[in-house]
Amino acid sequence: MIPSGAMAIVGAAESTEIGTVPHLSAPGLALDAAANALADAGLGPGDIDGVTCAYFPVADISHQLGVFPTWVDNTQVGGCSWMLQLRNAMAAIHAGWCTTVLVVYGESGRSHPTLATTYDGAKAGNMANQFDQFYGGGTPAVLFSLNLLRYMRETGLTEEQLAAGPVNQRQWAATVPRATKRDPITVDDVLGSNMIAWPIRRDMCCLVSDAGGALIVTSADRAADFPRPPVYILGAGAAIEGGVMSPAGMRDFLRPPYIRTSGEAAFGQAGITPADVDHLMIYDAFAHNPIFGLEGLGFVGFGEGGPFIAEGHTAPGGSLPMNTNGGGMSYAHSGSYGMLCMQESIRQVRGEAANQIPDVEVAVCHGWGGVWSACSTFVFSNSRPS
Amino acid sequence: MPHPLVPVPTPETRPYWEGLAEHRLDLPRCRRCEQVFFPPTAICPHCASNQIGWVTASGEATLYSYVIHHRPLKLWRTEGPRSVALVQLAEGPMLVSSVVNCPQTPDALQLDMPLRATFEPFDELTVLCFEPVGAADGEGSGA
Ligand SMILES: [Zn+2]
Repeated sequence: MIPSGAMAIVGAAESTEIGTVPHLSAPGLALDAAANALADAGLGPGDIDGVTCAYFPVADISHQLGVFPTWVDNTQVGGCSWMLQLRNAMAAIHAGWCTTVLVVYGESGRSHPTLATTYDGAKAGNMANQFDQFYGGGTPAVLFSLNLLRYMRETGLTEEQLAAGPVNQRQWAATVPRATKRDPITVDDVLGSNMIAWPIRRDMCCLVSDAGGALIVTSADRAADFPRPPVYILGAGAAIEGGVMSPAGMRDFLRPPYIRTSGEAAFGQAGITPADVDHLMIYDAFAHNPIFGLEGLGFVGFGEGGPFIAEGHTAPGGSLPMNTNGGGMSYAHSGSYGMLCMQESIRQVRGEAANQIPDVEVAVCHGWGGVWSACSTFVFSNSRPS
Repeated sequence: MPHPLVPVPTPETRPYWEGLAEHRLDLPRCRRCEQVFFPPTAICPHCASNQIGWVTASGEATLYSYVIHHRPLKLWRTEGPRSVALVQLAEGPMLVSSVVNCPQTPDALQLDMPLRATFEPFDELTVLCFEPVGAADGEGSGA
């Protein structure tokens, strides 16, 4: 096991522009973010010896960066791919295969969704192509929400409680200059927005944006050599459940076991409990995802996630600030949000977020990949365990 | 060039698709542990045996959960919203499908309602859907 806090993030940045960025392709957004992260860390391409990315070839990205890496990773499990890549990078550094890894992400979900990017989940002959995707017309809101009605039946979650999540996150987004949607909304607005896949409405869905993000991870022993406050990685977990777009393969549709597996790995390595968490990010592809995350990670019991959000505990002024950038539903979401999710955690730990929570010492970030397929959990901190 | 969402069979899944074309639900069954599984693949997901046979399923199922999709593919050649469901087969496996031949409304689509397999055109293929037990064959009458 890699000791808790043995690795640190020493550079992190998003693409210069976010939201609608028609002058860049997906790799262009990734490279722009990479340049910003290198500048943030005070490094040049020659200082990087490990590179990870998804949706385009890691050798192409390395070549365009002017990096000749000794270690690479192209793990592609959906939206949290860059979280699993970061976890892999920690292991690679621990193993001595590289010292300084650039984890880079770019996606032109809005302007150029089919240009220079490949998603293999529904390729001809794949499981999702033959048995899942065509029923739902390729709309992620359909397959990701298939278990929701049963969850509502079993727990009593109401449509109003479900709508409260997007409302709360819009409250956060109101004071985030880079957020795409900042105008306040009400529960009635959410319930009155276009029906996508009942009971999911438009305002319960993430945005479709252009975005890039990058971070640089190295051994915590070197962290003092960098200009920015290090963000120590106290714990990291990941797990796989169903096929990438095949939710029928889940072992439990209401208490997906992989959330607990990933969370326990991260919390266990960090030696923390939910009570220690000052700031939380849970990837909100759709309004019900944070509910499942809160329950699966142990912040609340089964069936309590919806009321917890609706009562305002995760909203501004609440006891557990969550998705403080506005989340995928208000900030930005380009198809894969895991990197942007981590960027907000990192900003909070560094003390530089738009909605900075006072005295963040422990921040947790939980991301999803595919349709109830992959997940990953990170525990970040501004101090290294002694 | 076919629509990218039209299913393309593989050697492992072809018996399933050939069964559907003849309005039969054929499922893979492990010759070692005798469990029926889904989707069809080269080995049994329960015991990893590569000795796979096929059985014709009863077509009986129940409705586990669903959404009502408001922008279904035109390839279905049906009007209006369309359910997409998690359907539990009597033989055990859970799968993604649609419940048809009834109003596509929360009132008509009750969780745990009994269903039976029906075989629907989708582009050039025949695909698996389900209908409420009691629905008139091939008609869009209420359940
Ligand atoms: Zn078997």
